Amino acid sequence: MSFLTIENLSAHVGPSPILRDVSLSVEAGEVRGLVGESGAGKSMIGKAVLGTLPLAVQVTSGRILLDGEDLLAMRPRDRRRVIGAKAALIPQDPLTALNPSRRVGPQITNRLVDILGWTRQDAQMRALELLHEVSIPEPERVMRAYPHELSGGMRQRILIASAFAAEPRLIIADEPTTALDVTVQKQILKLIRQMQQRHGTALLFVTHDLGVVSKVCQSLTVLFGGLVLEDTRVEPFFAHPSHPYSAALLAATPKYTDPDASLTPVPDAVIEGVQAEIAAHDRMQPHV
Amino acid sequence: MSDTPIYDIENLHLSFPDLAHKPLLGPALRVEILKGISLSIAKGDVVGIVGGSGSGKSTLGRAMIRLLEPDSGAIRFDGQDITHLDEDALRPLRRRFQMIFQDPMSSLNPRRTVGAIIAGPLRLQGVDRVSARVDQALDHVGLPRAFRTRYPHELSGGQRQRVGIARAIATEPDFILADEIVSGLDVSSQAQVLNLLEQLVQELGLTLAFISHDLSVIRRLCRHTLVLYRGEVVEYRETQALFDAPQAAYTRELLDAIPLPDLEQVWD
Repeated sequence: MSFLTIENLSAHVGPSPILRDVSLSVEAGEVRGLVGESGAGKSMIGKAVLGTLPLAVQVTSGRILLDGEDLLAMRPRDRRRVIGAKAALIPQDPLTALNPSRRVGPQITNRLVDILGWTRQDAQMRALELLHEVSIPEPERVMRAYPHELSGGMRQRILIASAFAAEPRLIIADEPTTALDVTVQKQILKLIRQMQQRHGTALLFVTHDLGVVSKVCQSLTVLFGGLVLEDTRVEPFFAHPSHPYSAALLAATPKYTDPDASLTPVPDAVIEGVQAEIAAHDRMQPHV
Repeated sequence: MSDTPIYDIENLHLSFPDLAHKPLLGPALRVEILKGISLSIAKGDVVGIVGGSGSGKSTLGRAMIRLLEPDSGAIRFDGQDITHLDEDALRPLRRRFQMIFQDPMSSLNPRRTVGAIIAGPLRLQGVDRVSARVDQALDHVGLPRAFRTRYPHELSGGQRQRVGIARAIATEPDFILADEIVSGLDVSSQAQVLNLLEQLVQELGLTLAFISHDLSVIRRLCRHTLVLYRGEVVEYRETQALFDAPQAAYTRELLDAIPLPDLEQVWD
């Protein structure tokens, strides 16, 4: 049974569709990549699951089942409680995700105390334990530090610790390494994968980088214009992507080991093909 | 063409005041960003500059085109010492070295048309036939001439970056500094911009320094590669040789850290 199931999710901003009948599922303990170029709607799916969609976005149809519970059918209060207990986010930019004027410690523990009702001592213990688990030296000192005193890699480790703190069963990682150096990115990706395996968490990994997908994901969903183009395991995908757009995206991804492989832009014909697919899909829809 | 290298840099030092730890009274201590960099770039070469954040790659680039003034050492541009030239003395030289910036959204004035943006440096240099030169620059970067009347917000990310490139080549410079110009773009527009740059280097005989954290892009584009680590040169060699057999441990570490779109590369 999948831990997260999204069924035919459609969303609009004003009259324009941004998600078109998106269906996907993440099994317990699985890592699924959500891949696409900017504007593909990949972050919107993560936000829809966590209930943090911008106000301008309206979900027009579909279901989101988290551990069997239909999130969109719930009252907002109940929804927040379910999401808070079972899901968490690793955000893209560790600097904007942490409050610059508050110490790191309370930013990890407050959620545990305020939303999940832990005692302050328990939350404190748990935070120290997790900072230790994500290899932060001197966790006591770091808990008292302000975000600006720490490096980008350290801040991202703190957010990973914070995401795992309440033992969520689903984590959504939204481009968690885009802002980091390659060497730091490697450490952080390895850490996320390690933590995910150790805790058996389901992970929905939003990224534009197929290189990253090949390192952390077991399956992936390729999006364009809010439409799912391909949904597959990584092995067949990297051996032989089935959708022409996926193949073009893979060919456009740079690969330093292969000097002859030129970076090939996604051909116009492929884009036109996808746009035709989107238009065909929109014609099938009942008028909104 | 003579044998004079277009850039000859010797023992370059550059520091900034460390405002994060400024004492209450008195001047701030200085943080040294470039710690004695020496390198030489031949005319027509394409040099990739790589390194982690804080390695000094952008600072080096900005010192080369004298947006920053070094503390000590020497920068010779086509034989002329430009290390400490003042703004008046630099102005005639500015036509000859141009820069393409990382983020086209913040480096193109949103209130000016594409035509006015590209004409900007030409007017400053007092060039005649500005309008014809703008058209020519647009042709070179593959944008329709009709784009002259558009504003930056009407363009896609890849098109905006082409405008940045057109502005840089319009003055017919000898040297262009490109600072992380594709890192904000999707892979498909990234490929287009890189192809364009490659073609321009050949057509116009430019010398190019290409700052990037992405070694895959460097391998594709650059003949030589300079690896920086904390303000020092770790390795500076032919790109092919550097990728085939990286000498420095830091270069190997950088290469190993790139996630290839390939399941056979396994990180232990």
